Amino acid sequence: MNDADLRAKLGRDGKPMVGVNGRPMHRLLEPAAVGDKIRVWRFVILRRLTQLGILLLFFGSAHWGWSIAGAPLLTGNLSASELLGFLPMADPFAVVQILLTRAIPESEVLIGAAIILLFYGLIAGRSFCAWVCPVNLVTDLAGWLRRRLSIRDLLYLPRSTRYMVLVAALLLSAITAVAAFEWISPIGMLHRELIYGIGLGWIAVLGIFIFDLFVIRHGWCGHLCPLGAFYALLGKRSARLVVGFDAASCTHCAECATVCPEPQVLNLKKLEQAGLVSPGECSACGRCVGSCPEGSLQFHWRLGGNAGHADQNSRVSPEIIPQRRSQ
Amino acid sequence: MARQDNSRREFLLKTVQGSALTATAALGWFYLIQQQAQASPHAVRPPGAESREEFYARCIKCGQCVQACPFDTLELAEAGSYVPLGTPYFVPRQTPCYLCPDIPCQQACPTGAISKQLEKIEDSRMGLAVIDIENCLSWQGLRCEVCYRECPLKDSAISVEHQPRRMSKHAMLVPLVHSDACTGCGICEKACPTQQAAIRIVPPELVQGKIGDHYRLGWKSETPITQDFKSSSEMPAIGGENPALDYLNQDSSL
Repeated sequence: MNDADLRAKLGRDGKPMVGVNGRPMHRLLEPAAVGDKIRVWRFVILRRLTQLGILLLFFGSAHWGWSIAGAPLLTGNLSASELLGFLPMADPFAVVQILLTRAIPESEVLIGAAIILLFYGLIAGRSFCAWVCPVNLVTDLAGWLRRRLSIRDLLYLPRSTRYMVLVAALLLSAITAVAAFEWISPIGMLHRELIYGIGLGWIAVLGIFIFDLFVIRHGWCGHLCPLGAFYALLGKRSARLVVGFDAASCTHCAECATVCPEPQVLNLKKLEQAGLVSPGECSACGRCVGSCPEGSLQFHWRLGGNAGHADQNSRVSPEIIPQRRSQ
Repeated sequence: MARQDNSRREFLLKTVQGSALTATAALGWFYLIQQQAQASPHAVRPPGAESREEFYARCIKCGQCVQACPFDTLELAEAGSYVPLGTPYFVPRQTPCYLCPDIPCQQACPTGAISKQLEKIEDSRMGLAVIDIENCLSWQGLRCEVCYRECPLKDSAISVEHQPRRMSKHAMLVPLVHSDACTGCGICEKACPTQQAAIRIVPPELVQGKIGDHYRLGWKSETPITQDFKSSSEMPAIGGENPALDYLNQDSSL
């Protein structure tokens, strides 16, 4: 760890703070050197490359005829797609909604949904939200701006609201006989219109931006989006790609909780118990990994699914969440 | 004990409040969907998407049909257009469907929203061509018949018929669309030389009437005659026991 990046974290009394393990608390400075910047922001950079890269693959296949050996590279969009003309992929949440309308879709989309279901369910957890979904670009921008401007929440909305929206989406699909979320989804509007042509979808996206910036921090992705809720439930017990936690080096400086869009997953008690950030609502964005001054948080491939601790994931008493550093 | 009751009450109340919040939003959501699904019957859909209900339920809005179309006919509805969000449609006057025999849009559709049951493109019913005879050149007595000549199913989907022209000894030759063969591909609408197309593709249910089963067209041989009609020789003789038909001619009853 480069010393220039670290500064002793001072308490209210102006004295350097000491972590629970006796080590001095550090805070991560805004890194000055380009190399340090890249190190701290490495996962943000990677995520942006992935998000934009996937959109570019769709766009290139749709408009510039990108193909390999005659097979179009990646047709469709994030709702359903086909890689190189043979590998189907589909949004499993959309397919669940379609099934609830009592229509039996063709096997292609069922296989595609199963592939994606297995990928996120058994491997990557909720990483769709941070690594693929284009709305994340918008909400991250709003979140960043919000931190810069120190805007406080206007409303309180429980983070569990998204599960109710998820239930509402499923019920409405059964009642109206159309895939209810797909018919209003700002996610769909954004990627569809980026790939196929701009309509009024940007209004919905602007709405999310304003809501996230002025009303509730991480309001859309962290509180309302039923697709994120779906992926959170999907990978909760079984996802393998997680953020590992090293209790010995952690000073409880709470740098991670400041940057985390889902800070309830950084409940210290559970981190210490499990030795990792339990998947589920964690979207594996890696911001905590980049910003931990001690390197206590690292991406980690867990071998066995451990279900026990993940159970109470959503019920977190506020006193054990690391105190958020005032800006 | 009292505290526990309180917290239970609080928990229940929170749950009810949360559900109420979601339900409020869901009502608006429900309205939006119904509005979208019911308010846009004019869109011309890709082949094989005849049943609106089936199509709306299945379409996942992925646009693979759009990419598969070699003529760039299909578009995905953008937010704010007259077509439900993200579903494929086409505007025949801009680009019609050219009736590819291998139906690539159908092959590309992963959900069956473009039904796999459509085997021959000629059987598709994307819409129905309707002629505005007030603005059709042929109906003004001019020789046009462009729609007929462009029609990929000419003579079965569009025919040209003689139409007497008032006192003139010249007849008009006018196009006539036959709904049993018209696919609604829109090539006629694209080709129509008038400033605004005088032949247009419309979803059939918007313009087609229905005679109803209670009318029997007796002169059509395929119409079965189900009532037990009898020839006159089989009828009771006049002045017989039940002279229903001829009682007016019988003096005796007066």
